[in-house]
Amino acid sequence: MDVLRSIGITEPVIQFMLVNALLGLSIYLTLYTGMFSLANAGFMAIGAFAGVILTQTFDLPLAVGIAGGAALAGVLAIPVGLPVLRLRDIYLAIATIGFGEVVRILILNFDPLVSGIIGQRVTITGGALGIKGIPKLTETWHLVGFLIAVCYLIDRLHRSRFGRAMAAIRQDEKVAANMGINVVYVKNVVFVLSALLAGAAGAFSGHLTRIISPDGFGFAQAVNILAFAVLGGGASYFGPILGAVVLTGLPEVLRPVREYRGVVNGLILMLVIVYLPGGLISFFPTRRSLQRLRRRLFAPRPAPPA
Amino acid sequence: MNLIQQLVNAIWLGSVYSLFALGYALVFSVLGVLNLAHSAVFMWGAWIGLLVVTQLTLPLWIAVPAAMLGAGLISVALERTAFAPLRARGAPRISQLISSIGASFFLVNFAQLLFGTNPERFPIGLIPAEAIPNLPFRVTPIQVVILMVSVVLMALLNLLVARTRLGQRMRAVAFNQRTAGLLGVNVGAIYMITFFLAGALAGAAGVLYGLAFNQITPFIGDAIALKGLTVIVLGGLGNIQGALIGGFVVAALEVFSVAAGGSNYRDAIVFTLLFLILLVRPQGLVGQKEQTRA
Repeated sequence: MDVLRSIGITEPVIQFMLVNALLGLSIYLTLYTGMFSLANAGFMAIGAFAGVILTQTFDLPLAVGIAGGAALAGVLAIPVGLPVLRLRDIYLAIATIGFGEVVRILILNFDPLVSGIIGQRVTITGGALGIKGIPKLTETWHLVGFLIAVCYLIDRLHRSRFGRAMAAIRQDEKVAANMGINVVYVKNVVFVLSALLAGAAGAFSGHLTRIISPDGFGFAQAVNILAFAVLGGGASYFGPILGAVVLTGLPEVLRPVREYRGVVNGLILMLVIVYLPGGLISFFPTRRSLQRLRRRLFAPRPAPPA
Repeated sequence: MNLIQQLVNAIWLGSVYSLFALGYALVFSVLGVLNLAHSAVFMWGAWIGLLVVTQLTLPLWIAVPAAMLGAGLISVALERTAFAPLRARGAPRISQLISSIGASFFLVNFAQLLFGTNPERFPIGLIPAEAIPNLPFRVTPIQVVILMVSVVLMALLNLLVARTRLGQRMRAVAFNQRTAGLLGVNVGAIYMITFFLAGALAGAAGVLYGLAFNQITPFIGDAIALKGLTVIVLGGLGNIQGALIGGFVVAALEVFSVAAGGSNYRDAIVFTLLFLILLVRPQGLVGQKEQTRA
């Protein structure tokens, strides 16, 4: 631990790495199914605000806040996903960018909206200032435990019939449909799973940062989440986790260039997609490439001619 | 009276939106990709215009051509670094979208490092602020200039695309890049020219936008980026005439929702429209159906 701390990786940094890993996994799920959705920051905002309101306004325990934040994001993903997931690539990207902005603006104007409806002034989301003074309830072990559980579930998912359907849809939607996969069903379920994960990550992060405001969940955050998955690579769920760890840790380790963070993030996104399309994960050997290597090393040599 | 005033506001604001969105539409029609760094080029155009006036103390009318040139060159650099390598590899459209997001992030944050986050203004007194007298509505000279410059530039672009050899080549590349190349069109050059034109339009829009609101920050591109997306979706992606009309529709919607007392929901209304159009008529209001679109 001391070694890590000496290079700037303190416990709060590790906690943000873990939250960002969850966010990276949430966009990984949709990308793995061939859906380019940028709605994750919006679902994160929903989870963060719902979670914090549950623990602060209603005095409920953190676990309820996390579950509630995730659940609300997941439930709202159904009416959003049903129409929007009919769109593909650039059209889906534009629609989900629009969704993120609508969420941000609604949270921004939530108080006057509700006040107008019930006819009395209330403060729920706090407008542009957001909610302040949130106690730091999220502990590192919560995040580690949750991340391990999520990884286990994703691993099981990949080995399941449903997981293979996801991969089939990414490779070719029409062929997948012809093989009898219910494309609409699979896409919508994945979208909800992704929203659940983003909502949970949002609720965790709300109890880490002590302050949440709608502007923290705009387009820039959507791009950050995308950057985790792109930098890490989508070949395995380990990719987005790696991407989140690297992108969160890098500005801390390279303190002198901290103010260049945005510039560096932009460059990384651009350079990785251009020159390293597989992401950082492509530096790691896969099971198949290891097998190939083993076969090459230990292959029986052809017997020398007698 | 009030209605006329709102219409006047919608028209000059709409001309800036259209000018900006034309660049999106142009690149999309020729290359079939969405350049999300277009708004960053717009922002750089505004800054170049401002710096030409404040630092080089050149007259205001030079700001527009200078910004067009500067923004056009930035846009070409963008094409060479963020798009050309991916195209050469035959990467999917989404990869190009992601790299343009990265480029946009880079350009905005770089501007933030150079210029800081405090808003800067054109010198006081440079822009006449009084409304033109003896009119039934309020309009300032700069708003008239904005409208005129936008309309002239849009007309020139339309002429260029519809009537010149260059425009013919651009349309050929847009129709089928491979065949155009086989028939002797220098496809790479057409891509660069397209990006230059798109960037120049964004630069002009940036200066005009900066003059209209006189508050220039590295973030002025953020709001217009999403409005520009709405405009081109409304007009049908890659449809140049559609983008022209779309700009005025979006501006009118915005102006009238503010007039109706919904200024807080102005942007939400615009994005809800974006959402609805994508779902109901993804080919845009004037576009024709294409198989691969939605």
